[in-house]
Amino acid sequence: MSWETVVGLEVHVQLLTATKMFCGCSSRFGDPPNTNVCPVCLGLPGALPVPNEQAVWLAVRAAHALGCTVHPRSSFARKNYFYPDLPKGYQISQFEEPLATGGKLEIVSPERGPVTVRIKRLHLEEDAGKSFHDRVPGMTAVDFNRSGVPLIEIVSEPDLRSPAEARAYLTTLKQVLKYVEVSDCNMEEGSLRVDANLSIRAAGSPELRTRTEVKNMNSFSGVERALAAEGRRQIAATERGEEIVQATMLFDAAAGEVRPMRTKEEARDYRYFPEPDLPPLVLAEKWLASERAGLPELPAARRERFAKQYGLAAADAAMLSASRALADYYEAVVRGGVAAKDAANWVMNDLLALSPGGERLPLPPGRLVETVRLVDGGRLSRQAARRVLAGLAGAPEAPALEVAERLGLLQVSDGGAIAGWVRETLAAHPAEVARYRAGEAKLMGFFTGQVMKKSHGKADPKAVNAALAEALKT
Amino acid sequence: MTDFVRAARQAAQRIAAAEAKGTHAFLAWSEAALLEQAERLAAAGAAGPLAGEVVAVKDVIADALFPTTCASKILEGWRSPFEATAVRRLREAGAMVAGKTNCDEFAMGSSTEWSAFGPSRNPADPARVPGGSSGGSAAAVASGAVTMALGSETGGSVRQPAAFCGVAGIKPTYGRVSRYGLVAFGSSLDQIGVLGKDVASAARLLGVISGRDDRDATSLDRIPLGDPAPASRSLEGTVIGVPAEYFPAGLHPGVRAASDRALARLKDLGAELRDVSLPHTKYAVPAYYIVAPAEASSNLARYDGVRYGLRADGGGGLADVRAVYRATRGRGFGPEVRRRILLGTYVLSAGYYDAYYRKAQRVREAIRADFTRVFAQGVHALFTPTTPTPAFRFGERTADPLAMYLSDVYVCTANLAWVPALSLPIGRDQGLPIGGQLIGAMEAESTIIRIALALERAVDATAEVR
Repeated sequence: MSWETVVGLEVHVQLLTATKMFCGCSSRFGDPPNTNVCPVCLGLPGALPVPNEQAVWLAVRAAHALGCTVHPRSSFARKNYFYPDLPKGYQISQFEEPLATGGKLEIVSPERGPVTVRIKRLHLEEDAGKSFHDRVPGMTAVDFNRSGVPLIEIVSEPDLRSPAEARAYLTTLKQVLKYVEVSDCNMEEGSLRVDANLSIRAAGSPELRTRTEVKNMNSFSGVERALAAEGRRQIAATERGEEIVQATMLFDAAAGEVRPMRTKEEARDYRYFPEPDLPPLVLAEKWLASERAGLPELPAARRERFAKQYGLAAADAAMLSASRALADYYEAVVRGGVAAKDAANWVMNDLLALSPGGERLPLPPGRLVETVRLVDGGRLSRQAARRVLAGLAGAPEAPALEVAERLGLLQVSDGGAIAGWVRETLAAHPAEVARYRAGEAKLMGFFTGQVMKKSHGKADPKAVNAALAEALKT
Repeated sequence: MTDFVRAARQAAQRIAAAEAKGTHAFLAWSEAALLEQAERLAAAGAAGPLAGEVVAVKDVIADALFPTTCASKILEGWRSPFEATAVRRLREAGAMVAGKTNCDEFAMGSSTEWSAFGPSRNPADPARVPGGSSGGSAAAVASGAVTMALGSETGGSVRQPAAFCGVAGIKPTYGRVSRYGLVAFGSSLDQIGVLGKDVASAARLLGVISGRDDRDATSLDRIPLGDPAPASRSLEGTVIGVPAEYFPAGLHPGVRAASDRALARLKDLGAELRDVSLPHTKYAVPAYYIVAPAEASSNLARYDGVRYGLRADGGGGLADVRAVYRATRGRGFGPEVRRRILLGTYVLSAGYYDAYYRKAQRVREAIRADFTRVFAQGVHALFTPTTPTPAFRFGERTADPLAMYLSDVYVCTANLAWVPALSLPIGRDQGLPIGGQLIGAMEAESTIIRIALALERAVDATAEVR
């Protein structure tokens, strides 16, 4: 029997706010433990939460970017459970009335091609503190810097059919959220976290069977591996005739295995109820409409436009629109007067070579445009341009021309100097000149090489060719 | 010696004298703390509307100068690093905090008998409770230790003790006073209230602490109420509703006599009395005892022994955090708090939420609609007794939670409906004070205060009513 896996993902994303969800403490990552704390995020007796407007705004933006309906009225709720790093004994979240519902994300499945994944809901919540079980021997240390940091939870429908598809969804989701500058989606720093729900069924069957929840996945590849492991486990169990029980599974990345954490009988009852400290979140319809209209162009739209408007191949359009910064860069180079396809080559081949991971673009687009102009004008060879760009990457303050000069890379296209090198070359190789004149045309390359050598590589090859052709004519 | 220092010294003498009689209104106070505040005020040249006044503060309200224990072992010795907005405002108005007053643990109770540190006594009769939960604040005012005090209400906890002790108490509209620094019990019901030796004292204190606070998202966007208008001699044109549900056939005869006399005085003053009905009143206590414990079960989850307050390990060390929770909470919370946490946890549990919590919220809306309807029909305020009986004796109701809960039957409606209400003394029965209640429409504090000031002048609250 052939099986397919059915996966839905719950993704927690930290919003790019300066301060926490319900107090004025900094939400910065990596500060010394328990330095960004106050009575509110420590849950001291008598402290009260006040919502962060910026967080609401970013959450609305994320919801619009994912095509969700943002509700003019939503409400906060308390999710109650005891844990040492949860200072109030409850997390402020949203439950019955989430901020947004009913969105979708278009992804490219490695197996099925283009797929639409439905987004069930998107809601706002606060993060808990962080427990460290390995810092102090025999004790658990708790850092409350993260307590109260704003998050959105994005819940997909069970529309994913394989671990690789789940990964594609995450990659696309991260791209969109970074595009609209809602989150940096940095999984290492915990600003993007994934829980998965997985069940199996006979391939092509419409049924939804008992699912398990998989947690503790620390990278996109970890998600893929964990889901593959859990899928295998469920298939093996089902084929042995065992019933799948609703459970929470923990992924052990080192062992590549999933292990049960708790079963349904032990499932927590979070006793959700409306948060009485916060009035309903009411957003003006007019404001929501203007927010929706003001959304930046999303990666899919930009990819299509690049292909159409600039005549780029699909793969190139995808690469250049991968991040908002890169796409903006590319368009700035085009606006600078470089032909669209040339610009694509320069950006993809030369610029990205200088930018490991494409995370930080090393020089402003204006400097790249200057460099391209020097090449087009014969002042710089294509080869030398790479070195100029590398020089600019270290110090983009100086114009490209200055850097090329400093590096001694400017080409000589001055006719007098080239004519002299040509004369000397031809005089030094009379036999080759005779053979050339007798019809051995391929010797042109030899002459060019000799002239270039004399010029120490600085002569403009085009000008050299022209001068040689002229000199050999007679 | 500055006026502030003189006021502080005199207050300390009054408090010492009152406490020497065994009132036990205060959990913490000191002359040194008073003098320290007086010197600070003098140095700053403070000249606010409460300059030189001394105010007692219920121990569920945070202040950095004294411990904030909520009369609970679980917070014994806890010093808040911040002061409540209401406390900050009264200090900014030139007042000094006398100390922290006793109450039922976490404000859960109607007699102060659930204080972990022993009850307060009713200055009118030391064998009787002062009411609660703000019993310490009411007793502090009634004993003459202070002229005004902060209390808090979740279900009548200012008005009921005010009635029992023979002082004035005002529960403002929900959101009128910032809850920032008020240790949460039932957040959707909680509101800081004021007590005073007379209506004007209480109203002056309310005028200072009210107003929008950005630290409380449920705070009303309104300017402070300010000083009350002087008492008027006439209530001509004022319509006062008399809800039948608050005057049942078996009402305590002393309470009935006092209420009848107060109603007669209101009529003498020119007010029109109108019979009205609030049909959902009978559901108020049941709804209250679902909503308040539900919220309490969540609000009190933070007292777990991990970060502050009492920590007990039950003998097994700290390795098992669940055992620490159980030992800390089992030992730190008294019986009434434990009862309410259990009740609240139950009504919020999966499978019971709809039957209890959701239904209670619907009842709450029906109660609110009762008030809205009556006030929309031209009624300016409702007059009712504050409590069904005068102050009861110690131990009379601790064994029967329901009997204790029913002492709040006339006061918890205003909390459920968020409307303002006050209690003022309207007479005595066998020496025990009787309180009369005025309930107003949303944000109509000024109206009920105006009526109360007029009634206070017209009625001899020290006279026996039968």
